[in-house]
Amino acid sequence: MSLTSLLILAAALVGIGLYGALSQQSFVMLMMGLELIINGAMLAAVAFWALSAGGAPEGQLLTIVVMAVMAVEMALGFALVVAVYRATQTDMTEGLRDLKH
Amino acid sequence: MRPMSWIDLAFYVLAGIAVVSGWRVFRTDSMVRASFLLLLSFLAVGAVMLLLGAVYLGVALFFMMAVEMLVMALFMVMFMMNPAGLNPMNMVHQPRVAAAAGVIAFAALAGMALVADFPERRPAAGTDVVRALGTELLGDSMLVFESAGVALLATMIGVVVLSARTGRFGPSDEGSCPPGLDPGGLPAGAPSGGEDGSGHGHHHHH
Repeated sequence: MSLTSLLILAAALVGIGLYGALSQQSFVMLMMGLELIINGAMLAAVAFWALSAGGAPEGQLLTIVVMAVMAVEMALGFALVVAVYRATQTDMTEGLRDLKH
Repeated sequence: MRPMSWIDLAFYVLAGIAVVSGWRVFRTDSMVRASFLLLLSFLAVGAVMLLLGAVYLGVALFFMMAVEMLVMALFMVMFMMNPAGLNPMNMVHQPRVAAAAGVIAFAALAGMALVADFPERRPAAGTDVVRALGTELLGDSMLVFESAGVALLATMIGVVVLSARTGRFGPSDEGSCPPGLDPGGLPAGAPSGGEDGSGHGHHHHH
C-alpha cells in the first residue's frame, strides 16, 4: 500500500464519479457521482496525511472539512430535488429548461 | 518494501471492492441497489482509511455513509421510477462525452500520482492520531472547524426553506406567487402572458 497506489485508487474513484455526474439523467444518480468524486478527494487527503505529511493533524482536519462539504452537498441536493419536484413534477435533469434560451 | 504484506493484500482487496462497486452504481438496473453499491464503495474506502491509521476518520465515514445511503435509498423509493430494478434501466445522456471526461480525469490524476515525487514521511511511531485531531480541532484550527459548523447550520436553514411545502407566498406545489405591485394587480414577476399566476410557479425574469 504505497502512496502511488492509494492516489491511483482515488483517481479511479474521481474518474468514475465524473462519468456518473456527467452522464446520469436522474438527479439522485447524478449526486451519487458527486459523492464518488468527494470520496476520492477524501481518500487522497488521508493518503497524503498518513504517508507524506508525517501525520500532521491539519491533514485530518482537511478530511473533516471535505466530509462537511459532502454533507452540505447531500442535504442541499435532496432539498433541491424536492423543490424541483414540487414545482415541475420532474426528477430528471432534462426536465429543467427554465434557464435555457 | 515493508514486510507487513497482509496490509497490502487487504488494501488491494478493498481497492477492488471500492472501484468495482463504484462502477456498478451506474450499471445496475435498480436505484436502491445503486445506493447500496455506493455504500459498499464508501465502506471499502473507510476501511482503507483504517488501514492507513486514520481511526477516527474511517469510523466517522462508516457512520456518516450508513445513514446517508439509507436516506438516499429512501429517496430512491419515494421519487424514482423502477426502484426494484424489474426492467433494464439505462438513463444517461452524453455517455461518450462523460466516459471520455472520466477516463481523462483518471489518466491525468493517475499520471500525476505516478510522475510526481512526493516526500515520504510517516507519522512518528506511537502518535495518538485521534488525540492529535481533537487538539487540532479545538485548538489551532478552531476557526476552520467552527466555520464548517456555521456552514452546516446555513445548509440546514437553506434546506428547510427549499423543501418546505409552504412557499414564501403560499403553498409551493400549487404555485406560490408574490402579491401584486398595486392592490388587485397582477403578481409581481408573473409570466407576461397575463395569467393570474396560478401556474406551476415558474418565474420568468427578463
